[in-house]
Amino acid sequence: MHTLSVAELSKSLKNKEFSSVELTQHYLDRISHSDLNAFITVTDDLALSQARAADAKLANGSGSVLTGIPFAHKDIFCTKGVKTSAGSKILDPFISPYDATVSHKLNIENLVMLGKTNCDEFAMGSSNENSFYGPVKNPWNKTMVPGGSSGGSAAAVAGRLTPFATGTDTGGSIRQPSSLCGITGIKPTYGRVSRYGMIAYASSLDQAGPLTQTAEDAALVLNAIAGFDEKDSTSALRDVPDYTKTLRDSIKGLKIGIPKEFFSEGLDSSVEKVITESIKEFETMGAKLQEISLPNSAYAIPTYYIVAPCECSSNLSRLDGVRYGYRCEDPKNMDDLYLRSRSEGFGDEVKRRIMIGTYALSAGYYDAYYLKAQKVRQLISEDFKKAFQNVDIIMGPVSPTTAFELGAIKDPVSMYLADIYTLSANLAGLPGMSIPAGFSNNLPVGLQMIGNYWSEEVLLNAAHQFQTQTDWHSVLPENI
Amino acid sequence: MAWETVIGLEIHSQLNTKSKIFSGASTEYGAEPNTQACAVDLGLPGVLPVLNKEAVNMALRFGLAVNAKINQRSIFARKNYFYPDLPKGYQISQFEIPIVGKGAIGISTKEGGAKMVGITRAHLEEDAGKSIHDLYEDYSAIDLNRAGTPLLEIVSEPDMRSAREAVAYAKKIHALVQYIGICDGNMQEGSFRCDANVSIRKKDTEELGTRTELKNINSFKFLEKAINIEIERQQDILEDGDTVVQETRLYDAEKDETRSMRTKEEANDYRYFPDPDLLPVDIENELLTEIKNSLPELPTEKKNRFVSEFGLSDYDAENLTAQKPLADYYEAMLNDGAEAKVSANWVMGELSAALNKNQIDVQDSPISAKELSELVKRIGDDTISGKIAKDVFKAMWEGNGRVDDIIQNQGLKQMTDVGAIEGIIDGIIANNSEQVEQFKAGNTKLLGYFVGQVMKVTQGKANPKQVNQILNDKLS
Repeated sequence: MHTLSVAELSKSLKNKEFSSVELTQHYLDRISHSDLNAFITVTDDLALSQARAADAKLANGSGSVLTGIPFAHKDIFCTKGVKTSAGSKILDPFISPYDATVSHKLNIENLVMLGKTNCDEFAMGSSNENSFYGPVKNPWNKTMVPGGSSGGSAAAVAGRLTPFATGTDTGGSIRQPSSLCGITGIKPTYGRVSRYGMIAYASSLDQAGPLTQTAEDAALVLNAIAGFDEKDSTSALRDVPDYTKTLRDSIKGLKIGIPKEFFSEGLDSSVEKVITESIKEFETMGAKLQEISLPNSAYAIPTYYIVAPCECSSNLSRLDGVRYGYRCEDPKNMDDLYLRSRSEGFGDEVKRRIMIGTYALSAGYYDAYYLKAQKVRQLISEDFKKAFQNVDIIMGPVSPTTAFELGAIKDPVSMYLADIYTLSANLAGLPGMSIPAGFSNNLPVGLQMIGNYWSEEVLLNAAHQFQTQTDWHSVLPENI
Repeated sequence: MAWETVIGLEIHSQLNTKSKIFSGASTEYGAEPNTQACAVDLGLPGVLPVLNKEAVNMALRFGLAVNAKINQRSIFARKNYFYPDLPKGYQISQFEIPIVGKGAIGISTKEGGAKMVGITRAHLEEDAGKSIHDLYEDYSAIDLNRAGTPLLEIVSEPDMRSAREAVAYAKKIHALVQYIGICDGNMQEGSFRCDANVSIRKKDTEELGTRTELKNINSFKFLEKAINIEIERQQDILEDGDTVVQETRLYDAEKDETRSMRTKEEANDYRYFPDPDLLPVDIENELLTEIKNSLPELPTEKKNRFVSEFGLSDYDAENLTAQKPLADYYEAMLNDGAEAKVSANWVMGELSAALNKNQIDVQDSPISAKELSELVKRIGDDTISGKIAKDVFKAMWEGNGRVDDIIQNQGLKQMTDVGAIEGIIDGIIANNSEQVEQFKAGNTKLLGYFVGQVMKVTQGKANPKQVNQILNDKLS
């Protein structure tokens, strides 16, 4: 059963080939025998009771297409009554008293939550090594990282420990682990999915999306979680199309832009080969290729590493040991309470970004860093706007390399380079996607597709069409 | 040396919206601690603020009432600092672009001075919670009910030149926010709080001196005191040849002193930046027109009308219009037919004194406007004298019935029978021959003595005008 996609499982549940309880138990068993460290919390009892409720709905025919489908939440979505840690020691004791809007939307369709997946602490990282709960292993090679920050979600889907998982993407955190784990992941347009209840890393960049086996599954899940939310002022008040309706449309004449800046120095040559070949496949399917330029994309890394730390330095201030979460032992006074709770509660990378952000926002530095970064961010957006006057979709690599060895990259700045091709979509607020495009040294390579604002259906349609012509998305790691 | 004082005020006015500025929790005062703080107010991970439109409308009411420039696109910013009663570790406020820009308001003081005070800006922000340090011996307690209550911070230009002027300005803003229904003005509950920026400079110089900011002032009386103490302190420093340190000082009402809270060096770097969780606030022209049309008669307009329509002095009109309920009370008396000036004296005199003494709001006065108007009318038609009226007022205050019943029951009706008064006066003249001689010799001050004697005999009921006239006739 675990090799079936969400779309296939949905049909099987409807046809009573097995029940949601049976399906759920099957996944719970797989999780308990897994050594990927993909989960922080497994919610066995809750899952089985949700599965029973789903089965009752399925029995009387009142369920939706996703009713009874098990899934896992990245442990950054607040889930009522369940530990929500964001991969951090400081939230290890935190049981959320409320549901994120994404959780709520999946609950009302009677999906079954198997548990909460591992991730880099507060979504800061590209290898899932920055988790208080230890690194996650890549199912394709357990000595390799799964990517990050939604590494647990990506590994769980690739290892078929769940049919799909949720993730968040601030600088590539859905696309990069999807690429490294050989699965499909989409980061929607900023504002498409509510951020309410999603623990904030960088508010102007964060966006939630699904990690799935196929583009069709991504469309099904996005249908359920997208839409305006009055609890999130930055969510867009605009209609959400049915993303499954356009999946089967022809992509003949689709204009694909290939930014030369995405194929420059630093891109692994075997990755480049896979990407070039997969883009050719689109040409075979009738798409038209065109080289484009995104001249300011070179500044994406420095811009991102000002904007995101500035926002996170403020977003994480609420984790102060006063009202919830970790508190140091025997604080001597107020300053000691803050200092030790935060020093002991946060990991190194989080502290590093809080310090960068605090510095960049300080009096006398604000104009030089924050304001300048906002200006460059504007320029990066303008590049894309110009490009989308001539093309429908932009394609290139997700990551310059395939999965790398656990512990191999120790220097934080080298690690930041892992997101070189994904950051600009966040800075511009554009939708981006990663789909399996081939292999290099037995490790998956993901193709990145970036669309214009609110054009998720264009990405999903192109991805689905690619997946009808190729089978990279259905190749499984060994022993699955 | 002659010094000039320069004062600017920062007023935090709590907006009386039903729910908080960024959450749906109630803003009701006085609930059990932490019962009116929802997930957003507690700053739980993942929660997001959603702007309360009513707070925006109230800020616009204020802006339009002081003829201010309205920024039709304003930005919310985060003011970052750590304190246990600030749940998110930042306060959502407005920094570079506030909703209300430059405006002005007129003030007048008892000395007769009238001037315009500039308003630099007014911006929306959320209040913090409350830290309670004296409840437990070993630790502090936090009540987050107030966290997220909407505030309008009104910043004045440094246009005031004395503590009196500062108080006049504060009272004017206090009256205005109540007139336009955006704040209950309750200073005890902290709904209206003033911080004062005070500096002094040599007279006839332009450059501003180093200022200090005075905090913890919760009444107009303390505002005046705190400023005057601070002016004196700064003068002493400068006259000793020392320099004033830029700092925040706390006013201690019990000791009647100010003391240093933190110096400029110790001040926080708030690291303001635009709040990415909130969109810019865009104000349509239609909304501005709608709000402008919904504004009531404002204090200055009302004051000018009181002067022109009722012939009151500037000062009386200012006083009567300072509080809308008091102005309404006064106008109700006039609508009932009471004479304007006598009514003004009674409202500002006996009534205000009694209300103050008993700490009662005019809305809860035991004597209604109609009842006080009847009293004023009885003075006007010579039923009672002004002096007797004060006794009647006391009886009314104590709930002893309506005006005419009290006059009737206590036999207070004025004696206007000329023959009877003459008889009494004849008797007094006969019994006070010594004083009569002195009076006739030129000591006219003794008239008061004779009036007193008449009033004593008549228990104050004789018509004073008649008594004076008859005495003058008989003694000359």
